[in-house]
Parts: sequence; C-alpha cells; structure tokens
Amino acid sequence: MNKVIFNIILALILILSQGLFFNNINFLGSINPFVYIFFIAYFPLKNNRIFFIFCAFIFGLMIDFFSDTHAIHAAASLTIAYLRPYFLKLYFGMAYEHQVVKFNSIELKQNLFYLLSIILIHHLILFSMEIFDISKISLVIKNTFNTAIFTFIAVYILFELIIKRAK
Amino acid sequence: MQRIIYFLIRNKDFILFLSLLTISLSININYNEYNKSKFLNSSNSLFSSLYDTKLIISKYFNLEYQNKLLAEENRNLRFLVYNSRNEQIKESDLLKINFNVTSTSVIKNSYSYSNNFVTINVGEKDSIEIDNGVISSIGVVGIIDKISPNYSRFISILNTNFLLNAKFKKSNYFGVLSWNGININKVQLKDVPKQANVLIGDTIVTGGNSLIFPKGILIGYVDSFKLDNSENYLELEINLATDMTNIENLYVLKNNNIKEINSLDE
Repeated sequence: MNKVIFNIILALILILSQGLFFNNINFLGSINPFVYIFFIAYFPLKNNRIFFIFCAFIFGLMIDFFSDTHAIHAAASLTIAYLRPYFLKLYFGMAYEHQVVKFNSIELKQNLFYLLSIILIHHLILFSMEIFDISKISLVIKNTFNTAIFTFIAVYILFELIIKRAK
Repeated sequence: MQRIIYFLIRNKDFILFLSLLTISLSININYNEYNKSKFLNSSNSLFSSLYDTKLIISKYFNLEYQNKLLAEENRNLRFLVYNSRNEQIKESDLLKINFNVTSTSVIKNSYSYSNNFVTINVGEKDSIEIDNGVISSIGVVGIIDKISPNYSRFISILNTNFLLNAKFKKSNYFGVLSWNGININKVQLKDVPKQANVLIGDTIVTGGNSLIFPKGILIGYVDSFKLDNSENYLELEINLATDMTNIENLYVLKNNNIKEINSLDE
C-alpha cells in the first residue's frame, strides 16, 4: 500500500516538473529532456500488464495537455510500456522470467543498455509523430539523438537518487 | 466462436495497445489534416490556472528585459507624438476606429516543437475572437486560434501551419510567409516575383491583403535569398525581428470592419 501511494506521488511530481520546468529548459535552442520516462522505465516489475499499459497512456496524455502537443507523448509512452517486458526479457533473461530481478540491485551495464533502448524508441516515435513528414527524416533522427543524450543523463541521475537510495 | 474469444483473451494486451495507439494516432492525424484540436490544449481552466501561478513567480526574473522593451516602445510613441502636426482630433475620427487593441501577457510560451502555440491571459470576456492578430512591441508574433472565457491560445509564427501575407517595406511585391521548422530565428518568404529588387537587410512588413493585421507591421529583415525550383520566384530567409524565446507583453488586434469586408465577398 505504501508503495502504491509513493508511485502515485512520484507520477504527479514527474508530470508537474516536466510541464512546468523541463519543457522550458530549451538547451541549445530546442533540447528538452523528457524526464517523465523514468516513471515508465522503472515502474514496479510485478504488475498487471493491462493496467500498466493503460496507466502509461493516461500518463502520456497528461504530459500532452501540458505541452500543447497532440497525443504524441501518449503514443510514445504507450509503446514503450507495451514493449517493456520484451526488453526486460532481452537484457535480464532468465532472472526476469523467474521474477528475481530487482531494479535496486541490477548491474550497471544491463541497466544502461535497457534505459538507452527504451529512450531511443520513445524519442523516435515522439519526433516522427511530431514532425509527421517523411521528407524530414533526417531532422527526426537528429532530434532523437540530441534529446536522447540529455534524457538519458537526467533519468539516470533520478535512478541513482530515487531507486539506489531506497535500497 | 469459442476460438475467437480465446484468441481475444490470449492477445488482450496487444489489442489494448493497438486500440490506444489508434486513438492517439487519430488525434494526431486529425490535427495535422484540419489544423484544429478540439480538446487537447492548455487554454482549458485547470491547466491555465496552474500556468498562471507559475507566471506569478517566474515573471520577476525577466522584468529588466521586459521593462527595457516597454521603455523603448514608449520612446518611439513619444517620438511620433512630438513629431506629428499638432492637429485637434475630431470627434468623428474617434468613431472610425479600425482596430481594437487589447494588451495581454503570455502565460505559456513554447518554441521547441515544430507546431508551437502560445497561451495568453485574455479571452472571450475581453472580446477576443478567433483569427485576431497578435503582435509584440516589435512585430508580428501570431494569430489567435482558440479561445475560452478567460484565456486564449494563438498559433505562433514558429508553427509550420502558420501562413501570412507579407510584403517589402520599400515596394509592394508580396509573398507568403511560413516556417520550415528548423531555425527558431528564421522564417521563409516564398512566391516573391523575380523582378523584386531584393537586397540583404531589406525590411519585411505585413501586407494589406490580410484582414488580420493592419498594413506595415514589422516582421523581420532579409537574411539571404535564392531562386526556387520553378526559377520564376524567389525564396527568402527572413531574420525574425521579435525574439520568440523571450516574449511577455503582447497586444491583440481586432479588426472591426471584418464583417463589412467579408460581406462584399458573399
């Protein structure tokens, strides 16, 4: 029960800080880290999958309200929430299938690759839906990589602060 | 029948994922096609009140720059007043107001997407209407596209769907102004005839062909130009006069004659 309340509060804080602070950083002109991915990447492992997918969709939609975008955050969050179990299986293998993986004790290397692939997929969907023009594919890829670097750094710092501390 | 139900139950995750993805895609495509969003925007009351609170705190950090802009504008207006001939304004002149001006401030700005919108704190109650023009103390910034009782949202000039008729200050050659989504300091002016004698640094202002803005409001300065694919028209890169990353005090312009002018076209 304690954990449920903690996650609800975390979600609210992430939505507010993304909307009011991280969307206005505009580093080097237009780079804003999408820190809210933290919530989806490190959502508790034991969950009802249907509930988790739905949660991620609503969560992304809230970010859309704040950013004046048109369901692009919702679609991107939804997709990574759906793909998350496959990535966990890919990087953690048997340990995940036997349900002994815990986020606060995973190896650094596995964690970095897991996070990086989730962020890249999220950003690719986000920017291709936002620009929505096949002739500007190079702009999509450029934006994806530039933003992914900063999102990755920010989410990893949050991981060290919140999940490693909780151990 | 039973097999179908088993199939649905087995793949319920995927079906939920697919249906939610379809919903979000349809919202996005709907927007891209018709250039209007029915329900996803920050001018509804909960989100705008949050942004209002944020504005109260954050506007203090920007006061110095905004004061400088306003002082500069006052200086220009005083210059105009002192240099105009000292004529008494007739009462009949006051009845012929073409544009109503409402001052407002920004509660939410964005410029990092390719379709940017800005929310401001005047709305229906201040008799703002859709398609009113929005200018800063320097030049054009956007056109209102959605209003609620107390707030409204405008399409920023930094939006790939923004189109505006613009012309040279020195001559009457005109073109269509739009933004390609790449550089937030530069917009593009297309379909300018080849005969226009363009020089780098020429001033671009709004043309009289649109009913939204009065003629002659500053947009920017020519940065570079080249022939387009058809080789009959010029494509110009314009340096924006207004710094869109730092706007706060704006004015909304409402054309009072728009109904009369539109009635001629019917």
